[in-house]
Amino acid sequence: MTAGTSARDEIAISVRGLTKVFGKKRVVDDFDMDVPRGAIYGFLGPNGSGKTTTIRMMCGLLTPDGGEGQTLGYDIRTQAREIKEHVGYMTQKFSLYGDLTIRENLDFMARMYRMKQPRKVVDASLVHLGLEGRGDQLAGTLSGGWKQRLALAACMQHKPRLLLLDEPTAGVDPKARRDFWDEIRRLSKQGVTVLVSTHYMDEAIQCDYLSYIAYGKKLIEGPSSEIPAKVGLTTWRVSGPELTQLEDELLADPRVEQVARFGALLHVSSTDAEALDAVIAEQKTKNGTHKWQKKDAELEEAFIYLMATASDNFAGAAKEAAG
Amino acid sequence: MRLGFSLARFWAVLAKEFVQMRRDRLTFGMMVGIPIMQLVLFGYAINTDPHNLPTLLEMNDQSPVARAVLANMETSDYFDFQGLVTGPAEGDKALRDGTANFVVVIPADFERDIVRGLSPEILVSADASDPIAVGTAMGALSGIVDLAIQQTLEGPLQSVAGSPPPFSVVAHRQFNPEQASSVNTVPGLLAVILAMTMVLITAVAIVREAERGTMETLIATPVRPLEVMLGKILPYVFVGYIQTGVFLVAAEILFNVPFLGSGWAFFVGFNVYIVVNLALGFLISTMVRTQMQAMQASFMTILPTILLSGFMFPFAGMPGWAQTLGSAIPATHYLRIVRKVMLKGADMADIVGDLRAIAIIGAVIVLISLLRYRQTLD
Repeated sequence: MTAGTSARDEIAISVRGLTKVFGKKRVVDDFDMDVPRGAIYGFLGPNGSGKTTTIRMMCGLLTPDGGEGQTLGYDIRTQAREIKEHVGYMTQKFSLYGDLTIRENLDFMARMYRMKQPRKVVDASLVHLGLEGRGDQLAGTLSGGWKQRLALAACMQHKPRLLLLDEPTAGVDPKARRDFWDEIRRLSKQGVTVLVSTHYMDEAIQCDYLSYIAYGKKLIEGPSSEIPAKVGLTTWRVSGPELTQLEDELLADPRVEQVARFGALLHVSSTDAEALDAVIAEQKTKNGTHKWQKKDAELEEAFIYLMATASDNFAGAAKEAAG
Repeated sequence: MRLGFSLARFWAVLAKEFVQMRRDRLTFGMMVGIPIMQLVLFGYAINTDPHNLPTLLEMNDQSPVARAVLANMETSDYFDFQGLVTGPAEGDKALRDGTANFVVVIPADFERDIVRGLSPEILVSADASDPIAVGTAMGALSGIVDLAIQQTLEGPLQSVAGSPPPFSVVAHRQFNPEQASSVNTVPGLLAVILAMTMVLITAVAIVREAERGTMETLIATPVRPLEVMLGKILPYVFVGYIQTGVFLVAAEILFNVPFLGSGWAFFVGFNVYIVVNLALGFLISTMVRTQMQAMQASFMTILPTILLSGFMFPFAGMPGWAQTLGSAIPATHYLRIVRKVMLKGADMADIVGDLRAIAIIGAVIVLISLLRYRQTLD
């Protein structure tokens, strides 16, 4: 089952200095990443930041213009075929055949991996999906959530050791997304390594590790619990009347970098703790009806901060994240 | 074990392609519909030898000879006499506005002038703005008149028969025996039909994978490019066989086109031609991103195929540069093969030159598409 050296066994994906250039644009620039075996690794970043390109290089669909790396111990430049045998890759949009039935899709994929008894494998997949009676339904007629589950089942049939999921739940409703993630966690428990790209916060917080990429450069990486500290946000939580008005007021203040609403609370954040404390002190004296509470920033705030700064101020975000 | 071509995977791709083909009613309809539609259109509707053309008559002499000439024109089926005009102005107007293709004027005292040996003239005015429409009818005219002379100038008028002719028709042309244009058109159609559908269907089917995103899923599996290529293309060879079958049956039953030559030569020729067209479709698929672009690019190849291959216009009549361009089109050579085999009874030895030309074009196309084909998504 195992490949490569024993030292590599702890690492499912390891890439160094990965670079890809399309035309004049460096879509991925000097990118490093280590994905520990068995982890759920979240790959975050705004649209067009290079997530898909990176994943494609990791499974041998694209040749890097620079850098090197191994996936499951196989070289990403020279051993793409071996990688493909052991990796399950789910592309961004539903990409099974809409004009084939559910059974035909599963059967086709099983045959692409030369499964010994495709019929048995497909039957098992249908039972697992709970679609035993609907095998002859055209895949194109399934709902978005079901399509994703079918695509996941299709790329799990050959029992890959690594799952690469490229925004698997884009455009899928929240209930279906939760079901999908239950499945991912179940697979992870069985020892499958999962690398998943997303720009949903509720998915990011389910990951063991996170890596954040913007404009082709990695800005931040680490275990999920360490990400808020790395981003370095100070956050105040405030509750009370007329929060919308307060939100507008705070947003107008240049010392406040982020105001996010969570139910009946506003989370007010900045990377400059002293400046933020000063703002809050002013607010307290001006307006006594609100309850203020200082807290360590959590992943939610860090996530919102990263998504916002990267999309409208790449240079600033890069500097801050590096600092 | 990993590097080898997997027959099982190739069959899986092939089977998948057939299932998709079966479900895609439009494509399936095109495969059978296009050959039949083209055969009917070109075989029946588009006729370079049209009959029953609307004709008006200015009758200034009611004599039996004049009537005999008109009767002969009518029985030739070229002219359909639809009414009378009273003078040149009315006739000109009918030609101008298109109510008539011809106006026939029988001069006054026609028979009397014949008897007097004055060689009167029958004027046939034709709407020559569509030369093809009126050309053959005009050509047939003098023959009709000769016939009328033979038939009518008997008994008392016998003396004026012989030379010089007792009367004449102004639009004089050489007589052409009637030709059924479908016999010429139909064999050429096979070249056009195959070019149209093979290129289009292949290009669209391959681009569809890329456009729907399924190509990415496919190449993320261990499947080899050759397995995908062959598995996707072979079903369309089968389609080509169906089309050729439809064509042969229709040519025989609907148009009575003879098949005089060697079946073996025909078989070899159409297989080579199908492969070259599939390769062209594959090449197009490597250059475009959407099915719509694939369709447009395919139609771009169809225009020269129809116009420059010798299908529509005689190849020998084209200027040198057009002939050079036309020689680069596979249909030009295949057209010759089909016409030679079906109409002139050719066998293998007669078509070797044409086959070689198609093979060279095919080799160039395959070479370019292999250079353009990528295993990865780069």
